[in-house]
Parts: sequence; structure tokens; C-alpha cells
Amino acid sequence: MKKPEDEPTGASRSERVSALAQQHGALVTLVVAVIVASLSFDTFLTGDNLENMAVSSAFLAVVALGMTFVIITGGIDLSVGSLFALGGVLAAWGSQYGTAVALLLPLAVCGLIGLVNGLLIARSRLAPFIVTLAAMLGARGILLSITDEGSKTYLVDKDSFFATLGQGKVLGIGAPVWITLALFVAGAVVLRRSRFGQYVYAVGGNEDAAALMGAPVARTKVTVYTLSGLCAGLAGALNAAWLVSGVTILGSGMELEAISAVVIGGTLLTGGFGFISGSLVGVLLLKVIQNVINQIGSLDSAYQQVVSGAFLALVVIAQTWLGRRRRVL
Amino acid sequence: MTDLALGRSAADRERYLRLLQNYGVYAGVAVLLLLNIALTPHFLSAENFRTQAVQVAPVLIVALGMALAIGSEGVDLSVGSVMALSTSLLSLYLGYGTWIALIVAVIGGAAIGIANGSLIAFIGVQPIVATLALMVAGRGLALVLLPQLKDVRDPTMASLGSGDVLGIPYLALIAAALALLVAFVVRRTTFGRQLLAIGDSRPAARLAGLPVRRVLILVYVCSGALAAIAGVLATARLTASDPTSLGNLMELSAITAVVVGGTPLSGGRVRIGGTVAGAVLIQLLTATLIKHDLPPSWTQIAQAVVIVLAVYAARERGKR
Repeated sequence: MKKPEDEPTGASRSERVSALAQQHGALVTLVVAVIVASLSFDTFLTGDNLENMAVSSAFLAVVALGMTFVIITGGIDLSVGSLFALGGVLAAWGSQYGTAVALLLPLAVCGLIGLVNGLLIARSRLAPFIVTLAAMLGARGILLSITDEGSKTYLVDKDSFFATLGQGKVLGIGAPVWITLALFVAGAVVLRRSRFGQYVYAVGGNEDAAALMGAPVARTKVTVYTLSGLCAGLAGALNAAWLVSGVTILGSGMELEAISAVVIGGTLLTGGFGFISGSLVGVLLLKVIQNVINQIGSLDSAYQQVVSGAFLALVVIAQTWLGRRRRVL
Repeated sequence: MTDLALGRSAADRERYLRLLQNYGVYAGVAVLLLLNIALTPHFLSAENFRTQAVQVAPVLIVALGMALAIGSEGVDLSVGSVMALSTSLLSLYLGYGTWIALIVAVIGGAAIGIANGSLIAFIGVQPIVATLALMVAGRGLALVLLPQLKDVRDPTMASLGSGDVLGIPYLALIAAALALLVAFVVRRTTFGRQLLAIGDSRPAARLAGLPVRRVLILVYVCSGALAAIAGVLATARLTASDPTSLGNLMELSAITAVVVGGTPLSGGRVRIGGTVAGAVLIQLLTATLIKHDLPPSWTQIAQAVVIVLAVYAARERGKR
């Protein structure tokens, strides 16, 4: 239940340094990475490259937003990659009946799967990773069975309003970026200013204590998993609008990217501590690193996997170390 | 809450649930067998049983390692990638002789296990996250070593994949031998008892002076080595190394086999007999759906439902 402003004022100096590193380490790393990248590659700071990075970050960021809530409660959601792909295919199929269907159908289905995740985890006390692992498998199965085992691709009409949600631009910046920013502001307000947000921190900090204080533990958990499902479905729908098609092979490994972004952003996997803005910084840092790897060119996607796995391990080691330091001192 | 505090019927219910958790998987296998004998044409043939046994062997071997990880209150999500890594290493080193290639492949799997175990035991990273990182990195490494599918033309590998003794395929024999070995290790060795004690309560094990870190690392080394053996055997059966798709979703099948077999996710207990039956159950389920012309995606949905049901049945039997 430690929000930054709750830091005890009597904290020792090294404790404060650890806390600062945990909270702002990602931002500092991001700034350094951007400076190094723009000095190394002339193509990095061009408008096209930045715009491209921003839009492709937007979809992952929306998924990471929901994941942040889940991880702060001390849980994990491995189903988001499948829900992202499912949401995209449902949106593309639904777009023939208008924008409302294209948006509501993925939200309804992915939100429902998230709700079932939450109910199984909160009411039946099943382990989050196993429930969401099953949901990952089940959602991928549903996706394959509605697309003829993945062979059928649904297209979005390029001139529809739905397509402009993905392709349109406002002030020269892609619509998905604006939508994502709005969602992050809303998410941050909910987490920091609402009673629900306080419950999220309380449940992750100490579930038993939260229950004793009268926090609705089960309801809070159900809500965060539903929220995560909704975010993954919406991200998939926006991505389908951007690609003007529902691509069935997307989203595998996305749960790892989202978890990485959240953890890089300073949210603790043990729950009870974290922030929304950090996850956005985490997503941007991941995308900048990917972009640099792409610019080097000689590194193929296999090396990218090695690098991102090693990077996640490093960040988790650092976070565990900083967290332990703060507790011990 | 002791049994005294519960009513008679609640105690009965608890007992039935326990029976269901411990022996439900055998009943499930029996039901699927009977259903198939009644409904599937040509099910009762030696040829079919051989096919099923060969197909279940890799899943079963991975599940044995997973059972150890889950028994220590952990999990190993990297097993599928370890299979891919072992098939890549195998192809790379076949030129130096079959046995050297096999040994290098298994050592590669054990090395991933050391990395997993070190992150978990020394740094204190949660097993899901540590093995997730190695899952991504391991698949990448496998593809770096061997970027695409490669045929394996090696007489020893070919006979390993398709040979048999008295009509029982080598693959099934190896899987059965490993299952017996792991069951022996869990029940009769110090390592096995220490593993269960750590899974039961790590703080208590530490206070009792058990070598917690060493045991945890060894658990993940076993899991990695077993997954590598499964990768080698799968390669022998397919007569090709395919690092892109070998072992995909294997972590799910293995976890399902273990959990359906009655090993609680909360650690402290390992049921090897149940794990074997769990792997057979998944194999039969898949074979049944495929034989009746249901699309592969239905298998995934069915498996997801089976996982949730098994964990749901086991939920009241966590640690006390």
C-alpha cells in the first residue's frame, strides 16, 4: 500500500535513493536511450519514425494499462495476447455492421472473458496465472474456430468511420495515440483519486488487512480482470482499425511485453505498489529499444527475443534488489 | 478448521472431493477409453495404441519435470522453448556424432534450468516471471542457432524415433523409465523429501536448515533436462528439427497433465502416477476430438476447460 506520497518522511537517504531509482529509473533510461538513438541514427528523430513508434506503442500501451491494475492487486493476466488478437478479429468482422458493432462486440466478448477470469480468481480463489493461462488457450481456440482455423481474414472497409479511428490523424498525430493518452489520463485518475483505486492498492498490499478494513476484495479483483480484458479487446479493435484487417496471428508474446512494460515502469510484481505513468514510460522504452534494434538491421527477430527476455530478467533483478533494499534498511 | 468443526456431511463432501482430486484422472482416462472403444472405428488396434503412446511420450516427459517444479511451489513456463533449443543444438552437433549431439542438447536444457533456478533461488524472482523471461529468450536462442526447419538424417535418431522392443516403441519405454525414475526420486531420495518440504513451506524449510537454494536450482535443472530429452525424442519422431514450432504451448499441456493428475499448485505434494494419467488423458482427449473430425481449435478450448475444472476441483485442498 505504498504510493509515492506515502513515503515515510523519516526514510534514510539510501532508502530514498532506492525509491527514486525504482520510480524514475525507467524515465531516465528512456531519456538516455532516446539521446543515444538520435545521435547514432539520423533516421531516429524523423517525423515518420516518431509517428510510427507512437502509433505502434499505443496498442501495447492500452494492454499495459489494464495489466497495471492487475499487477498492483498482486495478480497477473496471461490472456491479454489472445484477447488482443480475438478483439481484432471480432472488430474486423463486426465492422461490416457499423462502427458501434465493431467496437462493442470485442469489448463485450473480451470483457466477458476477463469477467470470468476475475470471478474464478476472486470467488473460487484459483491461482491467477493458471486461470488466465487457460483463458489464453481458450480465447486462442475461439479465435481459430471463428476464422476457419486461422485461414480466413476479415477486412475493414477503408472508408468507414471505424477505419478512421485507427488511420485518422488529429494535429498530425494518429488517432490511436490520442485515444491511448485519454485512457491513460482516465486510468491514472481512477487509480489515484477514486475509492476503487485505493482498494486496488489495498488488495495488493495485504489482502487480509484490506478485507479487515472493509475493502471489497473480491469485487476489486473481478473489476481489475474485467478491466484488463476490456483494455486488451479495445487495443485489438484499434489495431484492426489501423491495419484495416483482423490478423489472427497477432498477440502471441504480447502478455510478456505488457508485463515487461509494467515492471520496467516501477510497478512491483508482488503487488501494492505502482503507477500508471510508469507503464507508459515502460512501453515507450521497449519500443525505442525495438526501434534501435531494427535500425541496426543486422539483428533479426530471433536476437530481439533474446534481448527482450534478457532485458526483462535484468529489470526484474534490479526491481527485486531495490525493493529488498528499501525493506531491509 | 478441523474435521470436528465441520458437520458429518461436510466431512463426507471433503472426502469425496479428495477422492475426486486424487483418482478422478484415472476415472477420466477410463471413461475416454470406453467412449473411444464404443464410438471410434479401429480404436482397438495395436497400431493405434502405438501411435498414441509415441505421441504422449514427449508431453509426459516434460510433465515429469513440471511436476517437480510445481511440487516446489513453482512453475516452469520455459519448457517449450527448451524443447526448441534442444532440437536446434541437436541439429548443430549431429556432425560430431549422434551421442555427442544428444548430450549437448540435454546440457543446453540443463543450462536454461540453471538460469531459471538462479533467478528464483538467489534473486528471489517469482517462478512465473523468471521462466517467462527464459521462455522468450530461449525460443530466440533456438532460432538464432537454427533459423529454420532442418531435416534430421541420422540412422541412430531414426531408429530412436520409430524403433520398438517387443512391439513397444522406444519413446514409450523411455518415457515410462523416466516416470519410474522421477517417482523414485520424489519418494525415496533426500532430494525428493527436501523438494516437498520446500514446496510445503519455504520459510520452514529454511529454518530447518535445508539447502533451499541448491534444491531449487536442481529442481529447475531437472525440469530443463527433461524438457530437452522430450525435445530430442520429438525430433527423432518427426525426423526434423523445427525450432519455430516445436514445443509451442507445451508448458500448458504439461501444467494441465500435472494439475489434472492431482498435484496441487500450492506445492508440497507430487503425484507422478497421476501426472502420467493426466498426460494420457490429454492425449486421448486430443485424439478423440481429431478422430471425430472436430477442428484443432476445439482441442485448445477443451483443454482450457479441463484445466479450469481440475484446478477448481482441487481448490479446497490447498496447503493447510
